[in-house]
Amino acid sequence: MYDVAILGAGIVGTNIARELSRYSIKVVMLEAENDVSMGTTRANSAIVHAGYDTKPGSMKARYNVRGNQLYEDLCRELAVPYKCNGSLVVAFNDEEVATVKELYQRGLENGVPGLELLNREQTLALEPNLKETVQGALLAKSAGIVGPWELAIALAENAVQNGVELRCNARVTALEQIKGGIRVYMDERSIDARYVLNCAGIYADIVNNMIAEPTFELTPTRGEYNLFDKSVGDYVSHTIFGTPSKKGKGVVFLPTVHGNLMLGPNSEAVPGREMVETSPAGLEFLRDHAANTVKNMAFNMVITSFAGLRAKPKNGDFVIGETEVPGFINVAGIESPGLTAAPGIAEYVVKLMEKLEGGLEPNPNFNPRRRPPILFMELSDAEKAKLIAQDPRFGRIICRCENITEGEIVDIIHRSPGAISVDGVKRRARPGSGRCQGGFCGPRVMEILARELGKEITEIVKDRPGSFILTGPTKAVKEEQA
Amino acid sequence: MKKYDIVIIGGGPAGLAAAIEARKNGIEGVLVLERDRELGGILQQCIHNGFGLHIFKEELTGPEYAERFINELQELGIEYKLDTMVLEVTPGRLVKAINTEDGVLNLQAGAVVLAMGCRERTRGAILIPGGRPAGVLTAGTAQRFVNMEGYMVGKRVVILGSGDIGLIMARRMTLEGAEVLAVAELMPYSGGLTRNIVQCLEDYDIPLYLSHTITNIEGYDRLEAVTIAQVDEGYRPIPGTEKRYECDTLLLSVGLIPENELSRGAGVELHPLTGGPVVNESMETSVPGIFACGNVVHVHDLADWVTEESRRAGRSAARFVKAELAQGNGLVRTAAGLGIRYIVPQYIRPENVEKQVEIYMRVTNIYKNIRLVVRAGGTVIKEVKRLHVTPGEMETVKVAAKDLAGISELSVSVEEV
Amino acid sequence: MEAREMICIVCPMGCKLEVMRDKTSPTGYTVTGQKCSRGESYGVTEMVNPTRALTSTVKIKKGFLPRLPVRTNGAIPKGKIFQVMELLNTVEVEAPVAAAQVIIKDVLETGIDIIASRSMDSLI
Repeated sequence: MYDVAILGAGIVGTNIARELSRYSIKVVMLEAENDVSMGTTRANSAIVHAGYDTKPGSMKARYNVRGNQLYEDLCRELAVPYKCNGSLVVAFNDEEVATVKELYQRGLENGVPGLELLNREQTLALEPNLKETVQGALLAKSAGIVGPWELAIALAENAVQNGVELRCNARVTALEQIKGGIRVYMDERSIDARYVLNCAGIYADIVNNMIAEPTFELTPTRGEYNLFDKSVGDYVSHTIFGTPSKKGKGVVFLPTVHGNLMLGPNSEAVPGREMVETSPAGLEFLRDHAANTVKNMAFNMVITSFAGLRAKPKNGDFVIGETEVPGFINVAGIESPGLTAAPGIAEYVVKLMEKLEGGLEPNPNFNPRRRPPILFMELSDAEKAKLIAQDPRFGRIICRCENITEGEIVDIIHRSPGAISVDGVKRRARPGSGRCQGGFCGPRVMEILARELGKEITEIVKDRPGSFILTGPTKAVKEEQA
Repeated sequence: MKKYDIVIIGGGPAGLAAAIEARKNGIEGVLVLERDRELGGILQQCIHNGFGLHIFKEELTGPEYAERFINELQELGIEYKLDTMVLEVTPGRLVKAINTEDGVLNLQAGAVVLAMGCRERTRGAILIPGGRPAGVLTAGTAQRFVNMEGYMVGKRVVILGSGDIGLIMARRMTLEGAEVLAVAELMPYSGGLTRNIVQCLEDYDIPLYLSHTITNIEGYDRLEAVTIAQVDEGYRPIPGTEKRYECDTLLLSVGLIPENELSRGAGVELHPLTGGPVVNESMETSVPGIFACGNVVHVHDLADWVTEESRRAGRSAARFVKAELAQGNGLVRTAAGLGIRYIVPQYIRPENVEKQVEIYMRVTNIYKNIRLVVRAGGTVIKEVKRLHVTPGEMETVKVAAKDLAGISELSVSVEEV
Repeated sequence: MEAREMICIVCPMGCKLEVMRDKTSPTGYTVTGQKCSRGESYGVTEMVNPTRALTSTVKIKKGFLPRLPVRTNGAIPKGKIFQVMELLNTVEVEAPVAAAQVIIKDVLETGIDIIASRSMDSLI
């Protein structure tokens, strides 16, 4: 019997797993997909929000501010890219200026540090590419940006390193109350746990309803993004929000931790939980928004677009807490500011585990640091030379757009959880994220995956198990006939 | 810090020709840096024929064409390194590269020749809406898989783009047992050589839909279908013309982009229309001593022109090293007139032109029965009649040295006969 | 017979040809639009016995790469292309191979050989 089973290895599940690994308890993460961070965690705005726009007194407000406080240390311990670049909410008319002032007040009420109201000149001085018609802005110095899937992967690595078990390809199909705990079924397989934490993202209401009363409903809400080439990555330096309206925070100009620029998201309820397609309407919406906010957005520098689904809770706030089923705890409805709030949520959820039989004994072997990823291009020439001499695979560049070496790719394949797909390599080491979108590195990455995993290259998938890339060797016909 | 007279970045057809010519012009210290496992560049995966008709008066396949130059390079004893990636070129001609054997290489070059070729435009860059399943790839990546690694990328194929790579792959995939359902082309004309329409599409009954594009990609894990729609004069999809094709592979042949990251880092000025360095008659960039040739300057259709251009670059780099290249004050600017999209070189220094200079250009549209009119300082010096010109086929015109004297602008325009 | 329009594929020029039946001509056809004599022959052949050059790959053992590019050293009848492909798919050569080495002599009795399109070293 496990002490805790965490359903879902996204940013919330992995944060909780890592927190729980500080204690000598038996924890397992069950992830439906074949890798961690495959859900909302891998397609979002990557913002670490300051916390002025959440409703005072809500869980969102509380955990946003707390999470924000924890981010810098967390990312440093786990060697995850994070940057405190600040954010601006920009106003273009009197009404928007009034809203921005309201956000400022709300921020103060929520306990957000580093807030400042700026006039037009001050705003343009910070961001000269804004349209001249801007009237002012709210500056939030504590806002930042992070690599969201990098963080989830790092948390998972650290959790596993500290004793947490991770099972992928473990989709929950049924839940059953048993004596002293809950039985979690994954088709014919099952495990038992005293506590089950429902961190199942856009599926969390479905999972809840397997065992508890259907007390909440989630609407899959799609957001589309454009990703721009690094050459326009410094077009803005702060994360720039339009003044929010009823529809939501609106479209955001998103500098990324890697030096790209993103634009998005729109917000559209969709009927299916796999609907991560981009749409002509969505992409046009982004274009229009850009035209209203900045001067001359270089849309010819887009290198890709993508969409993500958020789990929008009907009542507007996170759904975190125990249910009528002993041991079954929901951590659901984690839409924005979920990424920011995750470390704060984890802190809180772990406290709920204090009621565990035997309590929470500290894990004497807990190490808050994971082995940092090797960033070859950031080394000095002497360090590079030394590394290549030790392992010649660092002397072979595979991803020409981002200058990633074979050595780095081999390293992340063999971590736990390691990369098992082309996109898994992309999420951990970046080949495929650049301007050629995998055209050059794709075949080489597949070769390396096949070699390191002991598989045929035809078995290597792009992402999920069904995403085969090659159908077979050429001239296979004769063999079929034979 | 090792010194070389000339460091050539790229061992494809451009780099090979430049290296050989530099050696033939008396330069000993020539080094070619190639990132792939062998020399030859993209030609090694272009197993079709059509290469060498001008240079060798024979019709060769890509690998055969490459081998001629590889053999010559090796016979001349020119040094080259494979599996070596250049990380940086500075304006002062310091070249930093890495490979598994030497580790980090820091080289001081007397002259640099940029010959990095180009990359393919991606689905992301043209913003096709829809999912991101496996099975969507650029035609060149598919070509590498099929021809070199020996793997099929799909069974039911739709191709976007009727440039040569798209057309060649339509035939290649069919020959290897796939079903190619259609080729869609955004423009009202094909971007590839006309002979390829015949021998790649018509021969295999593969329909070509001009003025069409892909408007949707379906599939969560693997591609399941694409939607092809007609477009209007503004290239916008026309509602109601959509046709859905069930397929498992979409190959994209939607343009090539000169690969100039290293050039940028070296402070080289790039031309907005070609995407490559601004060059003069010697293929020298805006940074003295840094030359460029081949697809990195402008995307070519024929390897033969790449070879000619690159020989010029190699010869000029050799002259630069010997301090024989005139830096020149009398710059003639080439100007793309009506009907001409761009001209390479963008500048000519008449002092460096012995007998004649060859200028390359592309037209903006298909024109029939026209003259290419060359004006030197406003006076017509040459008229070349053409029955048929198209943006997909580069044109060249030779201009005599004497016509360059005392002028500041050389223009070419398309005019009726 | 009306004139048949076609594009000559002998070289990248792609001349537009018009081919007409002509009993007075030694070939039986008159070809117009070509810029060279090869175009003239192409026009006639395309009417009488269309042929194509074929390029492909064959499996190669112990080679630097797993596939060797090959080509016909001339043009084979258009109708035999897929048969030749089927035959090529059964071939496996062994490295090292020299450029222009004959892989299949007189393939399917066409009088045309299949030759290696490059030299390929063996893996050490």
